[in-house]
Amino acid sequence: MNEQSPRKLTINILRYDPHVKGDKPHVDTFEIEEAPGMTLFIVLNDIREHHDASLKFDFVCRAGICGSCGMLINGRPGLACSTLTSKLPDVINLAPLPVFELIGDLSVYNGKWMRGMNERLETWIHQKEKEMRDINRIEEPMDPDLSEEIYELDRCIECGCCVAGCGTLQMNENFVGAVGLNKIARYRLDPRDEREDADYYELIGDEDGVFGCMTLLGCEDVCPKKLPLQSKIAYLRRQMVKIGLTKDIHKCDCLEHDEEY
Amino acid sequence: MRIIYTDVLVVGGGLAGLRVATGVQERGHRTIVLTLVPPKRSHSAAAQGGMQASLGNCAMGWGDNEDIHFEDTVKGSDWGADQEVVRMFVNTAPKAIRQLTQYGVPWNRVRKGKHEAIINAEKVVIEEREEAHGLITARDFGGTKKWRTCYTSDGTGHSMLYAMDNKAHEESVKIHERMEAVSIIHRHGRCYGVVARNLMTGEIIAYIAKATTIATGGYGRIYEVSTNAIICQGTGQAIALESGIATLGNMEAVQFHPTAIVPVGILTTEGCRGDGGILRDVDGYRFMPDYESEKKELASRDVVSRRMIEHIRKGKGVPSRYGDHLWLDITILGREHIEKNLREVKDICENFLGIDPAVDWIPVRPTQHYSMGGIRTKHTGESQTLKGLYACGEAACWDLHGFNRLGGNSVSETVVSGMLVAEYISDFCDSPQSHIGISTGAIEEFVRIEEEKIRRLLNNEGGEDAYVLRRAMEKIMMEKVGIFRNGKDLADAVEQLEQLHIRSKNISVFRSKSYAANPALVVAYRTQKMIKVALTVAYGALLRTESRGAHAREDYPMRDDVNWLKRTITSWPDPEQTLPTVTYEPIDIMNMELPPGWRGYGKKNIIENPDSAIQQAKIDAIRNELIKKGASRFDIQKALMPFEHLLPERYRGRNERLYERFDEPKENHE
Repeated sequence: MNEQSPRKLTINILRYDPHVKGDKPHVDTFEIEEAPGMTLFIVLNDIREHHDASLKFDFVCRAGICGSCGMLINGRPGLACSTLTSKLPDVINLAPLPVFELIGDLSVYNGKWMRGMNERLETWIHQKEKEMRDINRIEEPMDPDLSEEIYELDRCIECGCCVAGCGTLQMNENFVGAVGLNKIARYRLDPRDEREDADYYELIGDEDGVFGCMTLLGCEDVCPKKLPLQSKIAYLRRQMVKIGLTKDIHKCDCLEHDEEY
Repeated sequence: MRIIYTDVLVVGGGLAGLRVATGVQERGHRTIVLTLVPPKRSHSAAAQGGMQASLGNCAMGWGDNEDIHFEDTVKGSDWGADQEVVRMFVNTAPKAIRQLTQYGVPWNRVRKGKHEAIINAEKVVIEEREEAHGLITARDFGGTKKWRTCYTSDGTGHSMLYAMDNKAHEESVKIHERMEAVSIIHRHGRCYGVVARNLMTGEIIAYIAKATTIATGGYGRIYEVSTNAIICQGTGQAIALESGIATLGNMEAVQFHPTAIVPVGILTTEGCRGDGGILRDVDGYRFMPDYESEKKELASRDVVSRRMIEHIRKGKGVPSRYGDHLWLDITILGREHIEKNLREVKDICENFLGIDPAVDWIPVRPTQHYSMGGIRTKHTGESQTLKGLYACGEAACWDLHGFNRLGGNSVSETVVSGMLVAEYISDFCDSPQSHIGISTGAIEEFVRIEEEKIRRLLNNEGGEDAYVLRRAMEKIMMEKVGIFRNGKDLADAVEQLEQLHIRSKNISVFRSKSYAANPALVVAYRTQKMIKVALTVAYGALLRTESRGAHAREDYPMRDDVNWLKRTITSWPDPEQTLPTVTYEPIDIMNMELPPGWRGYGKKNIIENPDSAIQQAKIDAIRNELIKKGASRFDIQKALMPFEHLLPERYRGRNERLYERFDEPKENHE
């Protein structure tokens, strides 16, 4: 960044407060002098503290870890906290993530959407025997490579960027989104989860699930964690097709020796 | 007015809160969690480094057990910890991690055979046992004798929190999001729930429960620069304080983490140093061995932070427009290791500094990080003075960490305390003592008071600007109640904070009048609360004329075991008081399993209490006699300081390890 002559940034923010009667969506413009190392977190807080105290937006960790601050940054979903202004042009347009219920201005209720998705896909470890292993005893071993592979998919922060960047979701609000399909891929990989492909087929084997994806790749393009969303969706789709074509969907032996993506 | 009844109310949706919630729900009590943000966004997600549990699977952790974890933790606390609580904790941590494994946490695992590691800036080869292959592995952290910190790359908190939240979904725990507890409802010394404000609609709601748990994390945001998420504002401690009855413990014990990046204060995990990273000064010189010859970069956090500041004060800092800093060098770990095990660190360096930590050194400086103080509780997590109010995790002071917390013990504590406190709460709910004896009229009064406060803030014209007061408070805390403290600065800080407190009664919300989602209003009432919390920290620090753990007084450099082996207890009995009330609770050496001594790192500045030697002699005699009789380590421990009776029955069992098998494995394979 050029320290001699700081840039003047023009920040256009799409404003709307559903709690204020008669409020209409409009754009407010703020002029900010750029500072070294400035992120959109700093910009928005500066605006709130010095220009407009009513501006609504969400940050929690401000370090790219928690996924709270997803918004449209010049039309593209991303995390505002880890976006340096130096990587953006002089004019910065900010808008709330689409798809999610609006709380106000840049703040959306994506927690509600995510909770619904998690409940729908039952994103927890399913074990047939309810009784847990004795926690005083040595734990079940797991292959070190496998645990790392699971973690690779477990890194999703549910920020909603993939949902906002998804063409299918614009047309079908019931679509489970890349975030949900990634969860299924994660649990499918995990031997602790005893659900089988037939069980997953029940959850995602339709147009609201894995067959709804139009492979526009928006999700993977905007994922701040760079998760391999598209290859996982493609892989799941192949597996679900096999299950769908099998009459006896309870157990499919052919999957046992399937190539791993 | 809406009143929502439940059996158990949990305020805070991080690791501690969720673990309590699932625990009580499993015991059959309906539970509601109130949370500012979706639980998966909680600050627990930011814990990168790991969770201490003495599994002893990996080669460098071999031989680890509860006794060693106990000793490390008590020494780390600078003898401020409650040793019975430490015993409860170290015995439960292995169970907690094994349970989390079943909830789905993808812990990194031991890989049999040889692998390279960096220890003391040198490459060494470590060989892992075949029998340990696939079990949970661990990394090195400061202040521990063994490699005990279990992890998932550098996203440990994230993967634990997600597993825990998923478990809460499975247990159908009710989560009420964007709901902020603003006061505690109580009568006759008994807590009945909270008044909460819906942050989306502005609605004020009374939540009434048999038991209420505060698990809202720490109060780091009273400081100008903190590694904490911006929601860690100490409002949980504040509403307890404002009850006038509940007390806070050791609020002056505030930890600074050695390696937060400059200027934004985002953390780079202690795992960087645990994995072999080193600190360098302006000349590129590795200075820590000069100060701490034995533990070097891996002395406990308070010690490393102070040594860094000492070194900067000698003129060895790297000048920058944001003040002097030092370098964290992890380039020696190699790109492969960084991209696999320290990827969050790499992302942070790229996103916020524009550097590649595999090539460049990272600019770091000690930064506010952890709150050892919190709502003072008994070992059960229940407030000592307000019945039915519980606290756990960082929000609480059941006193596991004393005056300094070891890295890896905090996420561990969240889950362990959650497990244990859930049992005590369930027992309480099962007893007739838990009956809810408060009328709707009395509840309405609490709601009315909060509504009135909001109305006054919104209607007040020409008063104080909350942002101005808040920034002033943050600056005072940073400059005068920081890593090194002295009487003059602390006295100034208390006086100035007291003035801010008085001014804060006249805050106006003059730029945004909406009753519903209104960030200006939120800043206004939280600032009032935060200043009170800041006062408890500064005032406690002023009165404590010694140095212990993270509390370092330049004018009183000695740890004074004669006069200050006691906990600071703070309360605010009269809302008209402009300073908190401070009393003390003695810590009895004669009940300690490990009497005060030198920690094994840091300066040996101790005013010794004669009781320490007496108790040590007593313990040595018991131990020697029992060893002669061939007693096991469990028998010896029991003779020194029995604790098992304090634990909930289901968590009293011993922990199996590869070298401490319960029985011949043959039996299991049949």
